[in-house]
Amino acid sequence: MRWRPPSATALLATLLWVGAFPSTVASEDRTIQIGSKSFTESIILGAMLTQLSRAAGAEVNYRSGLGGSRVLWNALLRGDIDLYPEYTGTIGEEILSDPSVDTWSAVHEALAPKGIAVSKSLGFDNSYALGMREEEAERLQIKTISDLRKHPELRFGFSNEFMDRRDGWPGLRDDYHLPQTKVLGMEHDLAYRGLSAGSIDVIDLYATDAEIKYYDLRLLEDDLHFFPSYQAVILYRSELESEAPEVVAAISRLEGRISESDMIAMNAEAKLERIPESEVASRFLNDAFGMTTEVQRTDLWKRLRVTTGDQLFLVTVSLAAAICVAVPLGILAARFRRLGQGILAAVGIVQTIPSLALLVFMIPLLGIGAPPAIAALFLYSLLPIVRNTHAGLHDIPIQITESAVALGLSRRARLWLVELPMASRSILAGIKTSAVINVGTATLAALIGAGGYGQPILTGIRLDDVGLIMEGAVPAAGLAILVQGLFELAERRLVSRGLRIGSP
Amino acid sequence: MVSHPVFHFRGVTKRFGSIDAVHRIDLSVQRAETTVLIGPSGCGKSTLLRLMVGLLYPDEGHLQFEENAITSETINGLRRRMGYVIQDGGLFPHLTAKQNVLLMARQLGWQKDRREERLEDLRRMTRFPPDALTRFPAELSGGQRQRVSLMRALMLDPEVLLMDEPLGALDPMIRAELQEQLKAIFRKLQKTVVLVTHDLSEAGFLGDRIVLLRDGRIVQQGTLEDMLRTPKSEFVTEFINAQRTVFDGVRGDSVG
Repeated sequence: MRWRPPSATALLATLLWVGAFPSTVASEDRTIQIGSKSFTESIILGAMLTQLSRAAGAEVNYRSGLGGSRVLWNALLRGDIDLYPEYTGTIGEEILSDPSVDTWSAVHEALAPKGIAVSKSLGFDNSYALGMREEEAERLQIKTISDLRKHPELRFGFSNEFMDRRDGWPGLRDDYHLPQTKVLGMEHDLAYRGLSAGSIDVIDLYATDAEIKYYDLRLLEDDLHFFPSYQAVILYRSELESEAPEVVAAISRLEGRISESDMIAMNAEAKLERIPESEVASRFLNDAFGMTTEVQRTDLWKRLRVTTGDQLFLVTVSLAAAICVAVPLGILAARFRRLGQGILAAVGIVQTIPSLALLVFMIPLLGIGAPPAIAALFLYSLLPIVRNTHAGLHDIPIQITESAVALGLSRRARLWLVELPMASRSILAGIKTSAVINVGTATLAALIGAGGYGQPILTGIRLDDVGLIMEGAVPAAGLAILVQGLFELAERRLVSRGLRIGSP
Repeated sequence: MVSHPVFHFRGVTKRFGSIDAVHRIDLSVQRAETTVLIGPSGCGKSTLLRLMVGLLYPDEGHLQFEENAITSETINGLRRRMGYVIQDGGLFPHLTAKQNVLLMARQLGWQKDRREERLEDLRRMTRFPPDALTRFPAELSGGQRQRVSLMRALMLDPEVLLMDEPLGALDPMIRAELQEQLKAIFRKLQKTVVLVTHDLSEAGFLGDRIVLLRDGRIVQQGTLEDMLRTPKSEFVTEFINAQRTVFDGVRGDSVG
């Protein structure tokens, strides 16, 4: 019946724990952190770099499919990762926002002052291109991007990154004076399916995409030479040259060794034949260098244990911290009206930031992995708890609060013995809402390398593998239901029966 | 001990916005008497009671409880010497009847034996059924809730009992029964009681002294008898006449 304050030490310990993840610290025998972007080609290249570095004797942690260029670049600058595969065009256009950096030597010069080194080209150019279904292109007589001007009714489906980049749709539209207005941003792998289903007509693609042949697509000629060159290279932190020269030597072996047709074949193996990326990488290294590298395969239960562990960690820590902060904030908001409006507005604004954006905002502050994900989930969990705590306290009938005052109870005793128990139902409902949202949002944490159920979901979307998507979606839904059930039990224990049987 | 009045108002004004809820009130509440504050809605009778228990503080004037001024600094100690009962009981719905009654004694660290003994005394005095002590307010009748509220107010054996329309929400049968009981309790305890009501028959039945208010000012104080025989203004007569028809019809009392 009586509420007890959680001990201050427990609260402090939780907060310290959350803040206790250090950014990578360089040491003699350090683990090399390798990253890759969240698309198949990057993951295969990352796997190759990992296997080559391991074969050279280095201790390696491979964080595959971390996110987009921004995430990887920031992680590299902070030292959260040591190297990752990138494309020269992306560096100039997207990362440095300086289109004049369009050659290898320009990239090399621009990055050196930032402590970032760049390898020579790996041997292929993965430029952007626009594609259409062959028969549709033939019917409309479209061969070049300029030809699109004559067909303003065509529907475009572009990857989200392409929609926003200066070297993507905005620049393309301006240079070619394209009139189309039906332009949708969508996940690249879904765009292929939309195209083959006929719901969109033109998509952006990469010159080495496996699907070009599979879906029988026509690449439209870039007749104004809009797209810059996208030579595949490796970006790595310059200090590797002195701290881990064997790694630099090992990864340099890939320079000039992968042709465009090699890459298309590897992408096809991974995407169309569903061969795991690490195995595709291993086969290539075997063919190219006669290397035998070990590929770790894991079974479903082991993977589920890992993703469940990650997910529970993210949810528990972020939710516990949110409860410790949001309930006192709600109490303050209920007690001081002016301050309360400010608090409610502030936590409300946090809620309007798209979850993905919030995750990415956290990277410069906290790096990649669990800490930024926990911070973002923590912020997301605040609003329902603050609002319900405030509402629960605010809605206590005046007769009850005045009776408590007139009885002679101290302010502290009124809070713990009367006000919080009276508001307990509302507070718990807020925590329940937060917990369920938290479980769902935590699946996005995989985008910044925090693992969890989002990992198989993202991979499943990328590989069009429903089984893999289910491997993340089913336990995520199960966890949400479990959390809901747990809080209903908690309500029965924590909320007085006197409040549940109706008000007097 | 010097005989102070229990409550002493000197020129007390309380404003809500630009309206004076009570205006320059001078009033003494005497020890071991039952003082009834009565008047039409908005006359300031509840405001006076809330000033006494420190839910409000005067904007002007001076208010004393025995030898102490009532201020935000002194009030918490003084409240434990007052019991307060409001219309719908003001019981804490998340606590059982017993927990409601014992809450403050527990906070003050009373031993279990002492708490239980006091509870049993109060229960007998208010004729509250023993098996209902473990029920929650939502499971009690209106009359039972008022009994719990009265027990809670009397738990610490306060010098003063302040009651704001304690019977206002009850149906007439139960109301009459509780009026009888209250009168017996007041007589037995010999406590100072201040009671707010808008019902003249209740005021006459329970009160030693009646204070009639209108628009935040005291119109007349004294016994019901005084008001009937020597009304100080036309309003006193009007107020009495508005409520007398029931007596006339049923008992044929001659008033005025």
